[in-house]
Amino acid sequence: MKNFNGKILFLDRSDINTDEIIPAKYLTELTKEALKPYCLEDLKLDSFDSKKDLAEKTAIVTRENFGCGSSREHAPWALEENGINIVIATNFARIFRQNMFNNGMMAIELPAEQIDEIFKKFAGTDATLAVDFDKSEIKISNNKDSFTTNYTLGLFYSDLVKVGGWIDYVDTKY
Amino acid sequence: MGKTVAEKIFDAHRIDRPQEGIEVLSIDAVFCHEITTPIAINDLVSRGKDRVFDNTKIKAVIDHVTPAKDSKTAEQGKTIREWAKRQNIKDFFDIGKNGVCHAIFPEHGFARPGYTIIMGDSHTCTHGAFCAFAAGVGTTDLEVGILKGVCAFKSPETIKINITGKLQSGVFAKDVILEVIRQLTTNGATDCVIEFTGEVVDAMSMESRLTLSNMAVEAGATSGICYPDMTTVEYLWPFIQDEFKTKEEALASYKQWLPDADATYKKVMNIDVTNLEPLATFGYKPDQVKTIKELEGTRLDQIYIGSCTNGRIEDLRVAAKVLEGNKLSPDVRGILAPATPKVYSQALAEGIIKIFMDAGFCVTNPTCGACLGMSNGVLASGEVCAATTNRNFNGRMGKGGTIHLMSPASAAASAIAGKITNSKLYKG
Ligand code: SF4
Repeated sequence: MKNFNGKILFLDRSDINTDEIIPAKYLTELTKEALKPYCLEDLKLDSFDSKKDLAEKTAIVTRENFGCGSSREHAPWALEENGINIVIATNFARIFRQNMFNNGMMAIELPAEQIDEIFKKFAGTDATLAVDFDKSEIKISNNKDSFTTNYTLGLFYSDLVKVGGWIDYVDTKY
Repeated sequence: MGKTVAEKIFDAHRIDRPQEGIEVLSIDAVFCHEITTPIAINDLVSRGKDRVFDNTKIKAVIDHVTPAKDSKTAEQGKTIREWAKRQNIKDFFDIGKNGVCHAIFPEHGFARPGYTIIMGDSHTCTHGAFCAFAAGVGTTDLEVGILKGVCAFKSPETIKINITGKLQSGVFAKDVILEVIRQLTTNGATDCVIEFTGEVVDAMSMESRLTLSNMAVEAGATSGICYPDMTTVEYLWPFIQDEFKTKEEALASYKQWLPDADATYKKVMNIDVTNLEPLATFGYKPDQVKTIKELEGTRLDQIYIGSCTNGRIEDLRVAAKVLEGNKLSPDVRGILAPATPKVYSQALAEGIIKIFMDAGFCVTNPTCGACLGMSNGVLASGEVCAATTNRNFNGRMGKGGTIHLMSPASAAASAIAGKITNSKLYKG
């Protein structure tokens, strides 16, 4: 399984699309590694600096409809290349969510009120995420607060995360 | 209990249910283009699995950047070209025969009622116009589709959109779908299938239905489905005449996919379009929609007519009607990209290309090009484009550029005015 624990990048906006996560002009790259420097380059978010803000982060917490737009799997790949294997949001665009799990990454949906609470408590601080996969539990904490909640993944998505993605899953089944 | 179109198609294709609410389907057609497929091909090769599940069910095209613009895009073209040859994929459209995927594949009759279709492209929902379950997927799903002919989906929930009334002159399928997205928002149909129905859809040509279904994903939908009728059969007839004795027989067969009267919908929306005005987007999300009247006078630098949304012959005819005898404003530049070679040669034969050229448009070969900011009309920072495409995302047509999505009629009228303007020039 991939690593899901570490520092959180907070993106306080809904409808962050895949063009913002990785612009189309980089879709000519033939390797995933080449995408690394361009991740979130076109993100429309005040005072966001992709290079500085992405550094050392391993998780993203954001709002609604993350990953809408293009089907490009380059979006999760660009995140993965930057060390981010988990995104927590109110909901995801279908293709992006599937692309995450197809790569053994996690797209976790939490109710809007919980996302709100997480933003209120932790955005702008050095917050970290810890995932207990067996208990379906995530814990977010900083030096003064902590927040724990359960998520639901279901058998299929759990299996994809465990085996590392859809290709390996399919190999054993169909 | 009654079933929706998608539920009927899922029933006919289900091969597994790995968990409640997740279904693995067999796939009737896997469409491929040169941007998202090469990485899948290379991965299959590196895994020692350079095979395809069925070479007759895979259709491939080079369309996003063609002719190649640099060494990297040339490599992408080479990868898919050599793969198509190696795997004996007969339906491969290379330069000279290539056009935008969601325009050229329907032209060849590859989308049929009741089909399951996947492609590594979000606008694959377009093919739902033929009453297919057609969904965009990522490269991994595509790779598995190529290798095994299967794909996993959530069990479909459906939103039914009943479009009634009568479209006014100068108002088109593009305006209807912009209104639908405005009402649904970009997240309103996430994980859902849309069924487009009602007298307005019944009266639409296949081209208009393709425009409607094309933008279903901009509201988050998995597929945008129209019901099969004689219009569907007439369009498909050249490809299905060996399969059915008469058109009536084909229609009777296709009607098996119609939803049951007691099908369950997540939501039913009724939209009366009688008073609908020409619309356009503003901002950076396709649900940010205003009437052209409200946007009248907005400064423009470029007009782009083309794409899988509105680059078909019907669209070019409408735009040419507006442009005929007029000139592009000196304040703007105009680009026309007919969506396929067939559209291009039809437009040539009908004198449409001449009208565009006389008006001052640059006519490019069929390609996605500027639609996703990869070639053929990329915007500079601060520039504004009126486009008949489907996405106005930040930076989509070029870093720092702004896009106003609108119909071909509105785009042509705006080209003449040099600023956003109502398509009053349209007589038809
Ligand atoms: S024309 Fe634009 S939206 Fe359509 S397939 Fe090409 S890039 Fe995608």
